[in-house]
Amino acid sequence: MMPLDAEWYDFRDFGNTVGSLLEQIRDWGAPDWVPYVISGLIGVLAILLWTILSVLAFIWIERRVVGLMQNRIGPNRVGPNGLLQPVADALKLLFKEPITTRNADRILFWLAPIVVFVPTIVVFAVIPFGERMVLADLNVGVLFLIAVGSLNTIAVFMAGWSSNNKYALIGAMRTIAMLISYELIQVLVLLAAVLFVGSMRLGDIVDWQADHAVWLLFLQPLGLLGYIVAGAVEMNRSPTDIAEAESEIVAGYHTEYGGIKFGFFYQAEYLAGFAIAAVIVTLYMGGWTLWGLEEWVPGWLIFLTKLYGVFFIYIWSRATLPRLRIDQLMAFAWKFLLPLSLVNVMVVGGEKLLWQEAELSSGEALPLFGVINSAVAVILIGGWAWVLGHQRPERVAHRALLTKELGTIHFGEPAPTV
Amino acid sequence: MTVQTEPFVVNLGPQHPSTHGVFRLRLTLDGERIIDADMVMGYLHRSMEKLAEERTYTQNIPFTDRTDYLAAMTGNLAYVIAVEQLCGIEPPDRAQWLRTIMCELQRIASHCMAVGIFANDCGAWQTPVMHMLRDREKVLDLFEMACGARLTLNYMRIGGVSRDVPPEFMPTARKLIKDLPKKLDEYEDLLLENEIIVERSRGIGVLTPEQAMAHSVSGPMLRASGVAWDIRKADPYAAYDKVDFDIAVGVHGDVYDRFVVRLAEMRESVKILEQALELIPEGPVHAQLPTATVQPIDQPVAPLAIRPPVGEAYGRIESPRGELGFYLISDGSPAPFRFHIRSPSYINLTPLKLMSVGGTVADAIVILGSVDIIVGEVDR
Amino acid sequence: MPSNGPSVTKAIAGLDIAHRIEQKFPGAVEEAIPEAATMKADRLAEVCAFLRDDPDLKFEFLSSLTAVDRLEYFEVVYHLTSIRLNQMTAIKVKASDRENPRVPSVTGVWVGANLQEREAYDLMGIVFVGHPDLRRMFLWDGFDGWPLRKDYLVGPGGRFPGLERFPGESQEPLGGRG
Repeated sequence: MMPLDAEWYDFRDFGNTVGSLLEQIRDWGAPDWVPYVISGLIGVLAILLWTILSVLAFIWIERRVVGLMQNRIGPNRVGPNGLLQPVADALKLLFKEPITTRNADRILFWLAPIVVFVPTIVVFAVIPFGERMVLADLNVGVLFLIAVGSLNTIAVFMAGWSSNNKYALIGAMRTIAMLISYELIQVLVLLAAVLFVGSMRLGDIVDWQADHAVWLLFLQPLGLLGYIVAGAVEMNRSPTDIAEAESEIVAGYHTEYGGIKFGFFYQAEYLAGFAIAAVIVTLYMGGWTLWGLEEWVPGWLIFLTKLYGVFFIYIWSRATLPRLRIDQLMAFAWKFLLPLSLVNVMVVGGEKLLWQEAELSSGEALPLFGVINSAVAVILIGGWAWVLGHQRPERVAHRALLTKELGTIHFGEPAPTV
Repeated sequence: MTVQTEPFVVNLGPQHPSTHGVFRLRLTLDGERIIDADMVMGYLHRSMEKLAEERTYTQNIPFTDRTDYLAAMTGNLAYVIAVEQLCGIEPPDRAQWLRTIMCELQRIASHCMAVGIFANDCGAWQTPVMHMLRDREKVLDLFEMACGARLTLNYMRIGGVSRDVPPEFMPTARKLIKDLPKKLDEYEDLLLENEIIVERSRGIGVLTPEQAMAHSVSGPMLRASGVAWDIRKADPYAAYDKVDFDIAVGVHGDVYDRFVVRLAEMRESVKILEQALELIPEGPVHAQLPTATVQPIDQPVAPLAIRPPVGEAYGRIESPRGELGFYLISDGSPAPFRFHIRSPSYINLTPLKLMSVGGTVADAIVILGSVDIIVGEVDR
Repeated sequence: MPSNGPSVTKAIAGLDIAHRIEQKFPGAVEEAIPEAATMKADRLAEVCAFLRDDPDLKFEFLSSLTAVDRLEYFEVVYHLTSIRLNQMTAIKVKASDRENPRVPSVTGVWVGANLQEREAYDLMGIVFVGHPDLRRMFLWDGFDGWPLRKDYLVGPGGRFPGLERFPGESQEPLGGRG
């Protein structure tokens, strides 16, 4: 752990710098609310700056990386290696005419991009970027995450409804259906994590993982799986980009949006992605700690590295996987993930009880729990897949039958397996 | 509480990312369920059949590029076969083999697009189609070598092909077909066993063999329904009677089978190409047209134009999309009296309603992708 | 039935098919030429059902359906394929009323005729009696005229555009292959 009385130039945690500054202001005799407001402003500005830079950077990174994966180059014309492409895109979006269709509900239509943007960025208020780098250190941080994280559903529905476009309406309907299902799973897996750690404060969860020198990832693999999937749904990325399924409903809820309004949706989507990645990193991957390395390397750097790493997985899956159908995705939530996350809650609750009642030391308990939970995860997922595979033998891959006999009919014959 | 609901109509197209051109599908939906589907076409209608009646037989060849613009070679070939049938012209051996080679290359290029776009319709974010475009480009390079064009090729001629291939063509083609099986393995690894593709396409848009035949469906769609029917085998044109290959058929008649049949057909095309590049003889690539068919037309100063004898002919070949037929009637003049294109894209759409009603919007897109229409050929 | 290469599809000549139909339905054939047999319009449906179901013919696949404007009359041409027996034939039916050509629909026999008959109606103006959904296909509703008819407008450029010489161009005959 870092000493809290670090000097202002200790950039391992920018909280030190801000803390020293506020200390100085207090020394000058300012009233109590002044440093409070200033610290808030600094935090907000820092988060805004970081999100915008990250989004711009990741637009470029995603396009280049996906370009690599798709045997092409990606943007390479604007600036060195196309680095200024996101800036050019943003400028283009800014200068485009903000078209509002004639039959749109104008107020909602204009409000939706703002409403979608606010909750996605507010989420970052409770995320600890470093030990003291958290804007609002709420003791109900996880609750805040869930509450605010689901707000953008409303914005999406506003957008879909007010556009007065059928594709947008279908997209909005799909989003509502999907998010209601996956919000539940998100809550359940976060519940398991909170239950185990015993605090809803995200800082506490990070500290707990640092204290016990273990990531929750190893203790609750099922929870992580559930959260990754639910997160993918929430951020609307392949294979779950059903709400804006490009090949089906053009662009879903933001079909009618152009210019900077579309830019807001676009950025909100990235921000939602970063928020999901940040939650995964904080809850399951030790946040800004890395088994003591945070003493030497800035915690925020560790945090951001992990965050970008997790986000990269989503980029990767987007470039690889096709899209599920809405009913399949819903079935996956209710028939597969929900039972799994319920089992996860029960197992974790039992373990917590065992840990307290049997008075095990953490050195004994945690490896045991890790092994048990990993085994439970493997058995449940494997078993479930096995059951499903046997229930539906018609859903297996096969190859085409080869024949030289002209005019024969092979319907229903067994096909060669892959 | 009961909520009163009513079906609503969604126009898929004419501007839509995955209607493969300007094709419009009017879906009547109950939520996401399709209760009615109606096709609206004609956005790309250029009235080729009328235009062709006012041009000479040779002048009509470029039209056939522009019907199925992803398979211009087969379009050319079907037309020139019909004219040759009308005039009784027999192209020389080398021309026949060149036609076979070009058509199979074209089939690979076209199926690359079909499979890639199908994956796109399933929701893959461009990756499969980009990989497949890479291979298609190599085929197009070969075409460029042979005739200077990449898309609208205009390579076939009545009585042969427009010119012999340059000497560097054969080594490049050999290298391409040596590399292709590896690429095809790659695609199969990526797509064939992909859980989401299987889940999205199995059991969707099923056509039984009886339904398929009754609906005049042809090509990979008919074969996916389990009917082993391939005009290359049934009625060999060009040099298909001299090569050995199999007919790939599906066993369930669903969207997935159409996709695996196309993948398998690409392998068969490679097989044909391997043989064809070995067996192709030297010689002329264009037949001497019989003088009776080449006469000055009744104009003061006139070039030579083909004037087939009075009669009619139906020339058909297996294009990548199915049975592509040209029905020509000659009245002895230099222009066809009637020029009808039996276009597989158009006729394969017949069972679209049958296949998509009852499914969801997402299914309709995948089904439409599996039909593999080219709107230039649908509307002509 | 391409002439090049040994054909394995058995092409049943019009005279032959006419003979068979005449045996089953006397008086149903109007005329027969080697390319195709012409049916009488009122007997078309039963003849087509016979062609589809007869075990020696089995023409269950309607390859192509199109209409031709023969100036005095219209004819509708059906190219039939038997997939199981690998054979092909063509039949025709005439519609002599130029103002209101009517031909019975074969959608009851081959569902695949649906779109093709709509196309023939759209471009040639032939009314297929009994078609479930006979609407314009490529052209919009209310389009004036039937473009593929010979008396419709001649296309731009006259009868053989491109065969005339540009002013000042050499008057030598063009060489080359047709």
